[in-house]
Amino acid sequence: MTKTRRTGAVLALVAITSLVASACSSSSSGNQSKNDLYKNPVTLTWWHNSNQAGPLQTYWQKVANDFHALHPTVTIKISAIETNDLQRNRIPAALLSNNPPDIFQAWGGGETVEQVQAGYLKDITAETKNEVANIGAASKIWAVDGKQYGLPFDFGIEGFWYNKDLFARAGISAPPATLDDLNAAVTKLKAIGVTPISVGAGDKWPAGHWWYNFTVRECSADALSNAATKQNFDDPCFLKAGQDLQTFLATKPFQPDFLATSGQVGATSSAGQLANGKAAMELMGAWDGGVMGTLTPNRQEPSFLSWFPFPSVPGAGGSQTTMMGGGDGFACSKNAPAECVEFLKYIVSPEVEKGFAATGSGIPVAKGAETGLTDPVMQTIAQATQQAGGVELWLDTQFGATAGTAMNDAIVAIFAGKGNPQGVVDALKKATAR
Amino acid sequence: MTTTESPVSLTGGATAPPARLRPGGFSRAARTRRKWYEIIGLSAPAVLVFTTFVLAPMGFAIYYSLYKWSGYGWPTEFRGLDNYFGPFGAFRDPIFIDALRNNGIIIAGSLLIQGPLALGIALLLNRRFRGRAVFRMLVFVPYVLAEVTVGIMWQLILLRGSAADSILNSLGLGHFITGWLANLDVVIWTMLFILTWKYTGFALILFLAGMSNVPDEVTEAAAIDGASWWQTQRHITIPLLGSTIRIWMFLSMIGALQVFDVIWVASTPAVRSLGASNTMATYMVDHGFNERQWGYGNAVAVILFVISFLAALIFQRFVLRRDIDGARTERVS
Repeated sequence: MTKTRRTGAVLALVAITSLVASACSSSSSGNQSKNDLYKNPVTLTWWHNSNQAGPLQTYWQKVANDFHALHPTVTIKISAIETNDLQRNRIPAALLSNNPPDIFQAWGGGETVEQVQAGYLKDITAETKNEVANIGAASKIWAVDGKQYGLPFDFGIEGFWYNKDLFARAGISAPPATLDDLNAAVTKLKAIGVTPISVGAGDKWPAGHWWYNFTVRECSADALSNAATKQNFDDPCFLKAGQDLQTFLATKPFQPDFLATSGQVGATSSAGQLANGKAAMELMGAWDGGVMGTLTPNRQEPSFLSWFPFPSVPGAGGSQTTMMGGGDGFACSKNAPAECVEFLKYIVSPEVEKGFAATGSGIPVAKGAETGLTDPVMQTIAQATQQAGGVELWLDTQFGATAGTAMNDAIVAIFAGKGNPQGVVDALKKATAR
Repeated sequence: MTTTESPVSLTGGATAPPARLRPGGFSRAARTRRKWYEIIGLSAPAVLVFTTFVLAPMGFAIYYSLYKWSGYGWPTEFRGLDNYFGPFGAFRDPIFIDALRNNGIIIAGSLLIQGPLALGIALLLNRRFRGRAVFRMLVFVPYVLAEVTVGIMWQLILLRGSAADSILNSLGLGHFITGWLANLDVVIWTMLFILTWKYTGFALILFLAGMSNVPDEVTEAAAIDGASWWQTQRHITIPLLGSTIRIWMFLSMIGALQVFDVIWVASTPAVRSLGASNTMATYMVDHGFNERQWGYGNAVAVILFVISFLAALIFQRFVLRRDIDGARTERVS
């Protein structure tokens, strides 16, 4: 079987939306027999989101080269694309054409469900049984109706990144374990004249995460699963989460003008404020250390950083040990050659995952790979992820782009003093109408 | 090109020159045929490109706008005009109405602030003085800068505690300081300020070009008759600049309707989503792509197109009309 991948005449009509029509299909097929594996030369296109020069980008190139050395018939062509562009524009447009990338970034949750419903993804259930067993519960986020469509290489819970030195100066002896502790810490930090908590509300989702965490504290597992699977938001806990957020906002714990603060871009971003000693805490995912490393004058991750999980909320009705989290994975497109699945399995193998851990870019999911983590904060997060009473995927990822964005808009309105707790629930209920 | 022997107009057979200039010996039918070959041959590439990249996408946009479509698979859920007028359609979304209002503010601000400002500067810079070229360049430089550069630059200047606040403090105007990019009531005016800073240079260069066409004889005659500098500008230069000003108004209005880059870069997604700085174009991208409501995004695009198109037609019909009529008469110079 000759592998000639032809793009044909790709006519891109880009005026208002992008319409990509491809005249002839790629000839690669998904139903090779096992015997054909590695027999014929194949080129795999790989789209990932590590577009900034850094250890992870270098590492992915090494992974591709190593795989080629192991299996010389497989050549891997990488495109590294900015994450938002990749997720919102490039992948949907490419999947719509007849020539999508073979293996590409997949964030799991609602988006994976949509892609599966449209018939874009390869069912890899049979080939990846061992990998799924080794990864454990996190792999479910890339499964739909019991079938596996992608695998994570990174999964971690979020929590507070904080500045140990500022905490010591403010006289905070232990990381806050309850919301009351957190409020007390905010008061003490204000007294020494630093911003207690920075939030990149300008980007919307960092503000959204506050509501998500209060929701996890207020809502029972049933209420959360009804929301995710049946779009049922009738449980009063969703309203209570918004009220908790409003009460917390009233203590003015954040930097001024947070609506104009971006999450991760530049020294004035929320991560930059923490990295440069202007703010004492930030609620953010496990990647934050890597981000902060690019935002300091000497391009090093500050040594004063430490981490604690989202505190319990006294009197709240949900689980106080369940944590909000998320990860990154890859999926193979429907007609990708069988080598794609082999490469995906290679990426999540303990050896490769150990190397990923050593880049400090995230928390590996393969058992045995956590020994690769060198950064003490990352080790703490990995441990907390394992000990969490449960893990809920970022709600905006879980609900999909449409409902997720409408929810974030309504949460930002609360931050701006223009919205209310009911607004978030209403936004979620009507989001799917367009 | 020194060839003079071919009198056949290259701009199309429609305005073919008198027959006596044509090479003789062809029958009337052959000439007609030839004329049509020319029309078809010369216009085909343009028609093809225009159809492929303008008309067809417009048609597709209208078609998509009638569907609920997330961008995965082809659109199947037909919704009629719901994306426009339905309970969740654009015209019922207060944030879209905010976008319309913001576009209105930018149009009015461009016409009422940029125009007079640029005209004033142009009148000053049209006089002869030392360093005139330097001043002209300084005012024009912002227009040459890329929109994204301008957006990032002003964002850095205007963030709390940055350069703008320091300058206001040192001028004793510290009590005016606010969240230039975060105060929801102020952001649109901040955007208008940045746009004015950027696009005044464009108006200026057009006006200066127009002024260089004002014949010296007329101003000299006025000077001999004892007119002051201001009288000369008021009664001679500005009236003769009329057609240039009207063309600038047209370009400025269409530009203001479609403004995107500076606002996209200088104001955050949160501020846009609250309706404080969004325009129709940013609203379209925020919803079409980022919320993955492709059908709805197309509907917004169609609305933006219809509004721009109507504005252009009305302006041409009532304001530009005499300039277009004038183009048919002989030039008076």
